[in-house]
Amino acid sequence: MPAAIELIGITKRFPGVIANDNINFTVQEGEIHAICGENGAGKSTLMKILYGMQPADEGVMRVNGEEVVFRSPTDAIEKGIGMVHQHSMLADYLTVLENVILGSEPLKHGALKAGGVIDFAGASEHLHEVGEAYGLTVHPNDLVETLEVGERQRVEIIKVLYRGAKILILDEPTAVLVPQEVEGLFRNLRELKQDGSTIIFIDHKLQEVLEIADTITVIRRGKTVATVAADSVTASDLAELMVGSELPTPDTTGSTITDVVAVDVAGVTVLNEDERPVVNDVSFSIRKGEILGIAGIEGNGQSELIDALIGVQAITGGKIELLGEDMAKWSVRKRRENGMAYVPQDRHTEGLLLTAPLWENAALGYQTMAPFSKGPWIDRAGSRERTDEIREIFDVRSPNAEISAHALSGGNQQKLIIGREMTSNPKFLIAAHPTRGIDVGAQADVWNKLRDARAAGLATLLISADLDELIGLSDTIMVMFHGSLVATLDPANVTPRELGKYMTGAADKNDGAETAESETIS
Amino acid sequence: MTVTSPVAPPVNKPLSGWANQPAWLKWATYAAVGIFVMSSVGQFTNTTLLTSSPLSSSALKWSIPILLAGLGGLFSERAGVVNIGLEGMMIMGTWCGAFGAYHFGPWGGLIAGALGGAFGGLLHAIATVQFGVDHIISGVAINILAPGLARYLSENIFQGYKGGSATQSPHVDGLGDFTLPFLAGGKIGSWKSPDLLGSIEEKSWFFLSDAAGLIRGPFAQTRWFTLLALAMIPLTTFIIYRTRTGLRLRIAGERPTAGESLGVNIYRYKYLGVIVSGALAGLAGAFIVMELTGLYRQNQTAARGFIALAALIFGNWRARGVFAGAILFAYPLALSLQDLRGTSVRALLLVIAIGLIAVVIWSARRGVYADSGIAGVLAVICIIWFATTDTAPAWLPNTMPYVLVLLVLVFFAQRLRPPAAAGKPYRRGET
Amino acid sequence: MTMSLGRRILFAVAAPAIALLVALFVSSLVLIASGSNPLEAFSEMLTNGVKLEVIIDTLNRATPLYLSGVAAAIGFKMNLFNIGVEGQYQLAAFVAAVVGANVVLPGLLHISLVILVAMVVGGLWAGLAGILKTERGVNEVISTIMLNYVVTSGIIAAAYPYVIDDTNSTTAGTPALAESGWLPDLNGFVEIFTREIQKGRKLTGMLAIAILVGIAFHLLVNRSRLGFDLRASGMNPFAARAAGVPPKRMVLMSMIIGGVIAGLVGLPEILGNNHSYDQGFVKGLGFLGIAVALLGRNKPVGIAFAALLFAFLDSSAGILQFSGTASKEIVVIMQATILFAAVIAYEVVNRIRLREEVKSASLTTGVTA
Repeated sequence: MPAAIELIGITKRFPGVIANDNINFTVQEGEIHAICGENGAGKSTLMKILYGMQPADEGVMRVNGEEVVFRSPTDAIEKGIGMVHQHSMLADYLTVLENVILGSEPLKHGALKAGGVIDFAGASEHLHEVGEAYGLTVHPNDLVETLEVGERQRVEIIKVLYRGAKILILDEPTAVLVPQEVEGLFRNLRELKQDGSTIIFIDHKLQEVLEIADTITVIRRGKTVATVAADSVTASDLAELMVGSELPTPDTTGSTITDVVAVDVAGVTVLNEDERPVVNDVSFSIRKGEILGIAGIEGNGQSELIDALIGVQAITGGKIELLGEDMAKWSVRKRRENGMAYVPQDRHTEGLLLTAPLWENAALGYQTMAPFSKGPWIDRAGSRERTDEIREIFDVRSPNAEISAHALSGGNQQKLIIGREMTSNPKFLIAAHPTRGIDVGAQADVWNKLRDARAAGLATLLISADLDELIGLSDTIMVMFHGSLVATLDPANVTPRELGKYMTGAADKNDGAETAESETIS
Repeated sequence: MTVTSPVAPPVNKPLSGWANQPAWLKWATYAAVGIFVMSSVGQFTNTTLLTSSPLSSSALKWSIPILLAGLGGLFSERAGVVNIGLEGMMIMGTWCGAFGAYHFGPWGGLIAGALGGAFGGLLHAIATVQFGVDHIISGVAINILAPGLARYLSENIFQGYKGGSATQSPHVDGLGDFTLPFLAGGKIGSWKSPDLLGSIEEKSWFFLSDAAGLIRGPFAQTRWFTLLALAMIPLTTFIIYRTRTGLRLRIAGERPTAGESLGVNIYRYKYLGVIVSGALAGLAGAFIVMELTGLYRQNQTAARGFIALAALIFGNWRARGVFAGAILFAYPLALSLQDLRGTSVRALLLVIAIGLIAVVIWSARRGVYADSGIAGVLAVICIIWFATTDTAPAWLPNTMPYVLVLLVLVFFAQRLRPPAAAGKPYRRGET
Repeated sequence: MTMSLGRRILFAVAAPAIALLVALFVSSLVLIASGSNPLEAFSEMLTNGVKLEVIIDTLNRATPLYLSGVAAAIGFKMNLFNIGVEGQYQLAAFVAAVVGANVVLPGLLHISLVILVAMVVGGLWAGLAGILKTERGVNEVISTIMLNYVVTSGIIAAAYPYVIDDTNSTTAGTPALAESGWLPDLNGFVEIFTREIQKGRKLTGMLAIAILVGIAFHLLVNRSRLGFDLRASGMNPFAARAAGVPPKRMVLMSMIIGGVIAGLVGLPEILGNNHSYDQGFVKGLGFLGIAVALLGRNKPVGIAFAALLFAFLDSSAGILQFSGTASKEIVVIMQATILFAAVIAYEVVNRIRLREEVKSASLTTGVTA
């Protein structure tokens, strides 16, 4: 029996970069095959090639033994390949059914067929059948904008199955899910496998990969390093294959916490447009030299809490004190001038001016302060000098300070932001997902800088979806759920699984949380 | 603002009884309320012109160019391309329409007008879709190009025709008209049928005569071209919501990368949308030439392309809404053409005041008191103005459409929902 | 791996040069199609264009175009499409003409008052669109278009009967400004370097003001903190907000600054030529200003070149008609083609430049993907 997919010598170059360099691997029919590699290793490019979204420059691709050349996803779909993308690929203002049938719409018969009239009734029926067959239920006429994350993902998967795909590619499907939801997804995947589907599963979370995959192919710097059976390796074997050396861990050592409270937040409440609290009576304090971690599923009020702390969101109650001064009424600028620094959760939307040169990006947020300005004028020489310092100290790999920010890789962009925020001598740092989507090397650099600043007495609020990072770096972890802080935990004796329970509201609030709290605070 | 999903799962609000009613019933009720207001104001100010059949006929006629160009805007923006070049495409439609009608008769004019506009659409598509030029910038360029091109062509072509000049074409014919028998008294053969609505209109019964007048207008001396344009309303809705082309057009305007990931050629549908957009704007131009003025004349589009854009927004990117907007903007103009003394235009001030008071109440019930306040002040100004004059000045109806658009946007901008990806750059393979 | 100076200049000049060539090519085709000789027409334009009087015409035309271009460019820098320069300058010129005609002051004060009134009116009218955007979320493209027509078909039409000068019924305009409000021309200055200007041509004094506006625009946008805030907010309002730049204030500010400059656009007429606002007052400068701003890439010097190019084409129209070489409308086609070709060429060149940057950045790091 021929292999479901066979890639031989696939190579893809971008300007100045080789994203895929002679990739070779084989996926057997009916297996779950994981593609593993750190961020930027070239996994996503490979999947785009496999799905016909980008052509390969070199190499041969075989599907079920037959050599294929995909010019567009249509070609891939025709060969029974379907893809669930990393970022949701649904149109909010279309119905579930419309999203599902798009691109392979069934037409009515007769004269109406020539007019391209869609047979919605037939489509709905087929959707129902597919849903029944795989145990995935969706409501065809709901607008997608009303769906939750989990439901959206079900729609994404059913979209692929609707087309009769036998080979499913899932690109980091667990990124947006909590551990409990991940289990649900894995159950679905195993069912699909039993029904004869072949699944290619892209991920960099080693535990998950080991749990779900039959076979694992590791990619490093665009090259295939190895293909191994999942039951023959351990997580640390995989890690070594992925990075070529041991994986850095985010662990902090020793406590640097002082007695001085740097940030004191009490009873902060934020209301949304419907006057409902999205941040509900949140209180915490961070001492100098302390990292407070906040865990939570996205959308539980973390963004709004950050907005309230940096000053772009009005609060309806409570106080926010920085070194004893109430800053709740201050503008963003005044807060920054008084020592608040902010590493945003999405560097492209909130952190950078992508089309502006690096030195302007380095000035962003600090343009009212030396050395970036003098009176009402921008100090161009001073700005450039400081930018060069940041580039050197924070290892921002870039040809010069004039190049625009978008030309840098994600890791270097992030290091630029971290450098900008930390060289301003801050007293309070809000770091939201500081290592999201960057490669392992840059990740280790960022962790080191955070640790150094902690040792130097910085009070840090760390919000992250990477539970290992939270547990490793934080001195204290609080869990945010439905706008409230529902638990205070000691990172020394909590596992990601336990955190997941609090994050989904599955854990009894008083159970365990209090004991952990008493341990931490002592 | 990063998009955050709601903290709690959205609770499906129970729909009120009114929201569950079928669309035709809602629209019929809106129309009845509208007629009631108009006939009340007509009674109060002692004018029958507001709801007369000649007026409704004329308002319909003047609304058609706005409707057609507005539908053009709909096709383009639903495909994700903002089209402020409608005005320029309409100008191309007027010139080509006149040229076609002069040489090949009315149908030739219609087709040539559409082709001329489609050429403008093609230019816009090449710039925006192929080369990724900002949509507004390309639209501005087309609006500068089109009048220059039309002038150049007129000077070199129309000037050589008998009755033509550098600024206008010779006279051209329209598609003709008809009057509906029985309802509006049209002829069957040589027999003149009874004019049912006309006789009710003459009775000056409150509401009934007004309704009869308004309804009779569109059926008396109805232009075939008008009928064609009106047919575009359901056709557009059908294409957009029921066909494969429509669905793919919408994905191009809502989430092009999602379409691309399913093998939809987004560029093709963007091209299609923008070219159809130009063709409809061109038809609007042909309508002006063939049915309104009978010839091409420089500057005759008179910013209707921009009003069409406003009608599109007013109509929330839906065909029926565009039509409502077109009527709303054409009505004051039609009224001013028939009401030379300005007494009935003055009565419109009262209608607007009533509309504003409705906004006051509606906003207050939603707890948006700022809106109520603004609307209230504007309503009082309208009423004082109404009370202190006998006739409205000539400039009022000319500027009314623009002010109305602004008012609508001020009060309803946040409730409108443009296609999510409209105006955003899209490049194939860049997610 | 710094991009060499030569390459940078190449990138800057390539697009407009390509656009000009395309425009020459397209208009040649049009000229040939309509039976004219393109070479003859172009050489006619060039030989005519270097005459002193035609240069004065060109500068006079370029001055308001430049001001209008700068007014539009400030919005564009912020990603705000201020299509409303047309209405802003019409209203500003109208009010300034009315105010200027009704006062008599010593020269400098009179002129300053007229300029000030025009700037304030322009700024307020543009600010209205700004407030509509920040407070009510009304898209500025639509609101400024609508406000343009509210000015021309509404406000000015409504106010006209009250301010019109009845004694001179032929022009049907506002009364003329007293001579104290006339801005001196620059003929004397030009004649220092060249011969006497003939045919009654006068180089508008507004040219000097336009140059000052250009310098101020450069300092504001490229050198000042406010300019940094404005640009940051335009490039990425969310990042700017997190950096302490309130986006709404920036929107309002750039609309108002644009309107203030738009207010100057009509002043060469009021302070220099007619000294009044009448039925035939110059129209369309707002839309041409947008074209000029786009062609000049929203840069102070670029806009100047673009304004001069458009003005040169405009002042060449007459000679083509006069000599019978070609129809004068060919210049409008050339303007539009240049604009169209330029915006496409900018986009293409920009993409190439970005790709080069990515390449040079990845070479320093040596990291894949």
